[in-house]
Amino acid sequence: MAHYFEIIIRSLFIENLPLSFFLGMCTFLAISKKVKSAVGLGSAVMFLMVITVPVNNLLLNTVLKQGALAWAGQPDLDLAFLGLLTYIGIIAAIVQILEMVLDRFIPALHATLGIFLPLLTVNCAILGGTLFMVERDYTFAESVAYGFGAGGGFFLAVVLLAGVREKLEYADPPAALRGLGTTFICAGLIALAFMGLAGF
Amino acid sequence: MADRKRDLLLRSIIERNPIALLVLGICSALAVTSQMATALVMSICVTLVVACSSCIISIVRHQIPNSVRIGLQITVIATLVILVDQVLKAFFYDLSKQLSIFVGLIITNCIVMGRAEGFAMSNPPMSSFLDGIGNGLGYSFVLMSVAFVRELFGSGTLFGYEVLPLVSNGGWYIRNGLFILPVSAFFLIAILIWILRTIDPVQVEKD
Repeated sequence: MAHYFEIIIRSLFIENLPLSFFLGMCTFLAISKKVKSAVGLGSAVMFLMVITVPVNNLLLNTVLKQGALAWAGQPDLDLAFLGLLTYIGIIAAIVQILEMVLDRFIPALHATLGIFLPLLTVNCAILGGTLFMVERDYTFAESVAYGFGAGGGFFLAVVLLAGVREKLEYADPPAALRGLGTTFICAGLIALAFMGLAGF
Repeated sequence: MADRKRDLLLRSIIERNPIALLVLGICSALAVTSQMATALVMSICVTLVVACSSCIISIVRHQIPNSVRIGLQITVIATLVILVDQVLKAFFYDLSKQLSIFVGLIITNCIVMGRAEGFAMSNPPMSSFLDGIGNGLGYSFVLMSVAFVRELFGSGTLFGYEVLPLVSNGGWYIRNGLFILPVSAFFLIAILIWILRTIDPVQVEKD
């Protein structure tokens, strides 16, 4: 149990996807003007990662890995090179299904997450989570923990940045730095603070 | 016509830089820039993928039904990225280990999708190809300038060759640890944006 807890804490704080690997930056910077929309985006990412990382893990271990197709009588087949194409396909499919399911059964949640879901197909954080899972060879249970931690890390980071940016509305930076420039600097400072958690 | 071609190729470097103005493709820009060698490889990969995917998508643009276009674009891009990834693994194994997952993440690099959706779907193959190369160059420009500063001040080297002799090797330069850390890329890009927008005030954001 402690092992899974460690994976969650690690991916939440120390290996935070946006702040230490810079994944999902585009959405991270674009949708962090207001805390409210940041919360929506953050929960959508978390929701999606808890589902996509384990699903891709199952796929890797039962179909793609070398020798994984032994149950189908093909012990030598190595389909690992098809990985990227399959993962992104799975992610796109899950986004579509999730949108339809939410729209049909939980309209309230769909109203909050709805606009963010289609965006997330091409979010590097989602694909990055899966790729890290593949690189580190997680088991199924570990991948659930990792999906939860990594998604939660994104949530934390985007809400923090939105909080800072809301305060900055009233600041007066040089004209050329306004908007994107200051956002980069804030994100850098937050990332610097997070590095403290890694023990630098 | 020649003017238009040159315009397509060059406008993305300063005027319409994909990173600094359009805020696209930042993820990898920050992560692979601690050394010039990895930044260069990444720039080449992205430029090739953007140019080829724009060209291919533009060739088949009249056959793509509107409702499934995103899926098709992703498939074309993912196939190209797999090719690049396999080539790197086969011939430059060390580099591909260093770039780890970032080659795979070219798929979700918004520059590629953005150009496919925003330009290639409505323009002929040749201009799409040039536009792709131009955007790749704009991306490379930011990547290489950030990597230059980070490697020079962070490790005192350029492309792995010693430029500023380090104190630990009997030289005079004490390396600045901040530039090795990924965080420095945030500040460097902010400064770059500042410079670009001071040169070209049209890009300044309105309130």
